[in-house]
Amino acid sequence: MSTPLLSVRDLVIKFPTRHGPLTAVDGVSFDLAAGEVLGVVGESGAGKSLTGSAIIGLLDPPGHIASGEIYLKGERIDNLRPEEMRAIRGRRIGMVFQDPLTSLNPLYTIADQLIETIRTHLRLSEREARKRAIQLLDDVGIPAASRRIDDYPHQFSGGMRQRVVIALALAAGPELVIADEPTTALDVSVQAQIIDVLKEQCTQHGASVILITHDMGVIAETADRVAVMYSGRIAEIGPVREIIQNAKHPYTSGLMGSIPTLAQEEDRLVQIPGSMPRLSDIPPGCPFNPRCDKVFDKCRVHRPSLIPVENREVACWLYEDTEARGAAT
Amino acid sequence: MLAYVIRRVFQSIFVLLMVGLVAFSMFRFVGDPVENLLGQERTQADIERVRDQLGLNDPFPVQYVKFLGNALQGNLGVSYRQGRPVSEIIAERAPATLELAGVSALFAVVFGVGLGVFTAIRRDGFMANLIMTTSLIGVSLPTFLIGILLIYVFAVELGWLPSFGRGETVKIGGWSTGFLTESGLKAIILPAITLGLYQMTLIMRLVRSEMLEVLRTDYIKFARARGLSTRAINFGHALKNTLVPVITVTGLQIGSIIAFAIITETVFQWPGVGLLFINAIQFVDIPVMAAYLMLISVMFVLINLIVDLLYFVIDPRLSADASARGH
Amino acid sequence: MEAVSNFLASDLFYRFRKSPVAVLAFIVTAVLVLSALFAPLIAPQNPFDPGSLNLMNGFSQPGEPNQFTGETFMLGTDDQGRDVFSTILYGLRISLFVGFSAVMFAMVLGSVLGLIAGYTGGRTDTIIMRIADIQLTFPAILVALLIFGIAKGITPPSYRDEVAIWVLILAIGLSDWVQFARVVRGATLVERNKEYVQAAKLIGRKPMAIMLKHILPNTLGPVLVIATISLALAIIAEATLSFLGVGAPPTQPSLGTLIRIGQGFLFSGEYWILLYPAVTLLALALSVNLLGDWLRDALNPKLK
Repeated sequence: MSTPLLSVRDLVIKFPTRHGPLTAVDGVSFDLAAGEVLGVVGESGAGKSLTGSAIIGLLDPPGHIASGEIYLKGERIDNLRPEEMRAIRGRRIGMVFQDPLTSLNPLYTIADQLIETIRTHLRLSEREARKRAIQLLDDVGIPAASRRIDDYPHQFSGGMRQRVVIALALAAGPELVIADEPTTALDVSVQAQIIDVLKEQCTQHGASVILITHDMGVIAETADRVAVMYSGRIAEIGPVREIIQNAKHPYTSGLMGSIPTLAQEEDRLVQIPGSMPRLSDIPPGCPFNPRCDKVFDKCRVHRPSLIPVENREVACWLYEDTEARGAAT
Repeated sequence: MLAYVIRRVFQSIFVLLMVGLVAFSMFRFVGDPVENLLGQERTQADIERVRDQLGLNDPFPVQYVKFLGNALQGNLGVSYRQGRPVSEIIAERAPATLELAGVSALFAVVFGVGLGVFTAIRRDGFMANLIMTTSLIGVSLPTFLIGILLIYVFAVELGWLPSFGRGETVKIGGWSTGFLTESGLKAIILPAITLGLYQMTLIMRLVRSEMLEVLRTDYIKFARARGLSTRAINFGHALKNTLVPVITVTGLQIGSIIAFAIITETVFQWPGVGLLFINAIQFVDIPVMAAYLMLISVMFVLINLIVDLLYFVIDPRLSADASARGH
Repeated sequence: MEAVSNFLASDLFYRFRKSPVAVLAFIVTAVLVLSALFAPLIAPQNPFDPGSLNLMNGFSQPGEPNQFTGETFMLGTDDQGRDVFSTILYGLRISLFVGFSAVMFAMVLGSVLGLIAGYTGGRTDTIIMRIADIQLTFPAILVALLIFGIAKGITPPSYRDEVAIWVLILAIGLSDWVQFARVVRGATLVERNKEYVQAAKLIGRKPMAIMLKHILPNTLGPVLVIATISLALAIIAEATLSFLGVGAPPTQPSLGTLIRIGQGFLFSGEYWILLYPAVTLLALALSVNLLGDWLRDALNPKLK
């Protein structure tokens, strides 16, 4: 297999507190191939946004990477000097944040912000950069881009602003775009459009995408693979279709049960009892064990690591034997 | 936008009319203008004649309007103490105060913004903490003590700088400037620092807290995610957004600088309008007091107006909102 | 007695003990206030009784025996042979008296105007708050100077020195009422729309008395904070006016007047005539200011 575009190995993110360090992300590993769309799903606090911030090197202090490695095309990027990392941000990794209303500097025109980003990374003249900026806006579906480019952010609607943010993330042609809850703050009516634009544009620019969301529906429509996170760990990772149709991890199946579908006959959505533990008291063993309906003794003592099952990986002791069997055959 | 500007202008005129009323009442009711003009030897006929001349027998509103009309033409009465037109005395003194206020304001803004940005970016650094602690003491020091301290150190002990006066001045047209001679430049240093120090501290603390606030916003995080240089983020993005609220306060501080010049001018015997005003109070020279009040009010109101309008230039959101309201 | 033990057990007192800055500021303030109160008992001489002065004692160095009389003065003497320590004690009396009185005046005036503005609403409210806004545009020191000038113009020249202290109180008080008015007006507006007030109106009662019972406790904290900070500002304002020569007269010198007098001796080397009054003023202003800041943070934990 060729070198993956992005490779995260045993990533651990900690926050120092008065009562000792809290581990917010604990041993996350995954690979991302070029052109692939990886969905990362989980409840808030599961560590998905932190993982995204860590990849682009923008963890808010005092949070920090305690151990683990991140590779971009085989080159390690988690221990770069600030100036080297800055050159990667925007140029090789772009990012789209949750709230388009606050992501853009209100005092600068769209043109200012786009041209500034383009010229930071590419050797282009002001005129060429502006041409590229208009093209980008046109691509993300801003009507009359050449005129509207000189408007200020407040003159755009929320959906339009998120298109601008996508254009900004793609401005210097990055190989990877991390989209952190890109539609959560938007009106339901434009969410689908924005996801379409995001996927279409990233495909067109040949960028891989990490799509962080708590909306399984969005992932089902967009992603090639999905990583389900729980309490700072990956519970299950694999192709979207297979996981939706046949979730292996009890948490994932609970999550799938909570998606409303038109075909569903039942009146009620399935709920997982209880809630995700706080970071300060994650139980020993599998963090999901207090809520799991298939829990057995081992789960309460030993922590499962990702076990390959078919063509995905699951962190659950239920599949321990499968591994042995898989190895035997 | 236009509607807003017009409303602001009307408000300003209203404030000025109120101040004019206070000034006029001072003229009319504090001390007796007739007595001041005629002195001890006078007959009832003299008094009546002067009252008529001065228009003191007209109805109150008529007198007020006449007073305003005179003031608008620069006729601010005659100083009781010096027996010369007040406008003439003020015109002589104004350059000294304006030069002092200008240099202080420049000092306060340059150092205030500079140190504010520095202490915000190096939030936990030793220097930044030292500056913040010092500034806390600086805010509670009375201006005149700072002036005396500076005189003691730089004039008495070190003998580097003069302790009073403007030094040599050069007259250009009606304006006497101290900027063109060495002694004039030396003379302005201590007064300008004394006058500007308090405002500098205020601006610095404000810039620091605003900048820290801005550095936490999403658009700064997004700017970092776009890979912009630290320099572009701190000075291009954060600073500009910081300056929006800072501009009002700074503008108002410039008004205060002109008012606080009274104290500094007394400490350094600086021959400006402030010293003139203090002397006027000591000798109850009402026309000078009233004229000073009106002049400084015009300045304050103008500064406030300009500051408000500057907002539109800097913050595009405001002009859009205001024009939306206007339609 | 119960009130005292309640206070000692209170949250506020606990926080106070935990803040060394506040404790220090409180001690300095208390020492200065007590020295001012008991000045006639502490001071070695009454510096304003010409009979007790000896011109030969002029310009005595601090702590050294005078070369003519052999008398020793802890903080030295001025040109008239007045003991600087005594002048400071008496000056402190004037400074604190003016400061306290001005703040009291501002507090009463501001609270009453705020109450009226908030309760009546409508045009009265607009006029009062509009005046407040206009006044706030100008620095307090300028307003005080102006009021002082006008008051001086109204009083006949022979009385001017006698009433100077009262004029000073009036001028500083009038320049400082706005903040009190704002707080009280805000609290009144909140109370005015409550049901019990509407009920009292319905049965034909004037609700003012009941409202006062509710408004006063609500405003006590903020008014106390503003009053403490205002006291520091009033002390500085008084010192500034007196330093400018338009405040306390030389016959009743405050700390500001003493500094004004002392500045004249800066070049001839008699530094102590200036230094000690200045240090006293600084200590007073700084500790009252710190106390006010601490009180604000302690009563308003959210603002921190």
